[in-house]
Amino acid sequence: MKSVDTIVVGGGLVGAAVAYGLVRLGQTVEIIDEGDIAFRASRGNFGLVWFQGKGSDMPEYSRWTRGSTEVWPDLAEDLRAETGVDVNYFKKGGVHLCLSDEALETHSDLIRRMHNIHGPEYGVRILDRKQLDDILPGLGDDVVGGSWSPHDGHASPLYLLRALHSRFQQLGGVYHSGARAEFIERDGNDFVVRTPVSTHRANKVVLAAGLGNRPLGKMVGLNVPVNPLKGQILVTERAAPTATLSIPTTFVRQTAEGSFLLGDSHEDVGFDTSSKSAIMADIADRAICTFPFLKDLRVVRSWAALRVMTPDGCPIYEQSETHPGAFTVNCHSGVTLAGAHAMNLAPMIAAGHLEDYMSVFSAERFNV
Amino acid sequence: MFKRVMTEIRNPIHIEFEGQTITVEKGETVAAALMLAGHGKFRESSVTREDRGPFCLMGVCFECLVEIDGTPNRQACMTLAEDGMKIRVQKAAFEETTR
Repeated sequence: MKSVDTIVVGGGLVGAAVAYGLVRLGQTVEIIDEGDIAFRASRGNFGLVWFQGKGSDMPEYSRWTRGSTEVWPDLAEDLRAETGVDVNYFKKGGVHLCLSDEALETHSDLIRRMHNIHGPEYGVRILDRKQLDDILPGLGDDVVGGSWSPHDGHASPLYLLRALHSRFQQLGGVYHSGARAEFIERDGNDFVVRTPVSTHRANKVVLAAGLGNRPLGKMVGLNVPVNPLKGQILVTERAAPTATLSIPTTFVRQTAEGSFLLGDSHEDVGFDTSSKSAIMADIADRAICTFPFLKDLRVVRSWAALRVMTPDGCPIYEQSETHPGAFTVNCHSGVTLAGAHAMNLAPMIAAGHLEDYMSVFSAERFNV
Repeated sequence: MFKRVMTEIRNPIHIEFEGQTITVEKGETVAAALMLAGHGKFRESSVTREDRGPFCLMGVCFECLVEIDGTPNRQACMTLAEDGMKIRVQKAAFEETTR
């Protein structure tokens, strides 16, 4: 059995981004993937590339996210130029809308704290209703204000996943589908990963299996406390482009194909991916309050998916102390952080150690 | 471009496409009926405004969406023609507004 440099367990956006970053550096990499029967948060992702309010309680996470938005244009362009797949990335700014004075006040406090982290280059501004009307025509009466960030935008999660896989394989990466990693162990200097249909061997192993990281982590001395947090999304029929195609909001965005995606529900209900009408009604209500013109559109699809949530909502990046060479990557922002994972995290994994400033992302933080 | 394998229509029904009456065989889909009548444009892309027509003819690609009796987003390839159906080219939602 040939040993490669790195096995990435999980072929969703997190695994594919890391794997793409590794093959770009000349590493030999195999992705071991359960396949499309997996929970696959990547397929349910809303598609925001979003920074403005992230990490107010963990400045390193905020900077890490900002760093991802900085490299995202290069990522999108590399994928487009080399694979021909346009991931429909727009970076023309993003708006967080507030539907009450109280929400606006809370949100303004958050933005002030974020200013304190990033200083003048933070670039996010609180907008009153009149300023919002200039960039997002058609807002409903309930919208009182919001914030605008020049760093934010959106992209197609599905095209991103496809493009990352294409580029990964172009650069010599090997993808195994229908291969659910069930057992990982050390064998000499290597790791051996077993699936029901195959056995794989590598010098390093990266756990990027979403909710599957919890059981897999235990096999290599990694505590990975991730839990499912369900989100539901509604999709409307396609419509002519509106301002939200250029400037998405946190719960309404228009895709490049013209569909509106309505979302951002949060339910702690375990491994349940069913669409439920009560939540769907709430999502539709809020979307129509925000943009009343949406009431004329028909909803043509809906889905639910499971976010991969850590106890504090921030990512976990860690190398095992007992099994050096085993890394784990966990987050609920596979699209936003794709840039950071490919361009910034992958080089550290290739070098065999995470930079010192990454220690804050260790799951050790939950053991205090 | 397309023609029926059957030489004659045995169970004729009548549908209307953009005001034009078309005689079709009972049991044919709307997509088959329109293509047999020489129509290729079923809808306009919402974003690019390009003309679009049937591609997969098996319910997967959603290219053949038309407006049937006032209801948009009907898949012509998955809908059997019924007597008296009024069918129109589907235009993009919001097309008449400027947002």
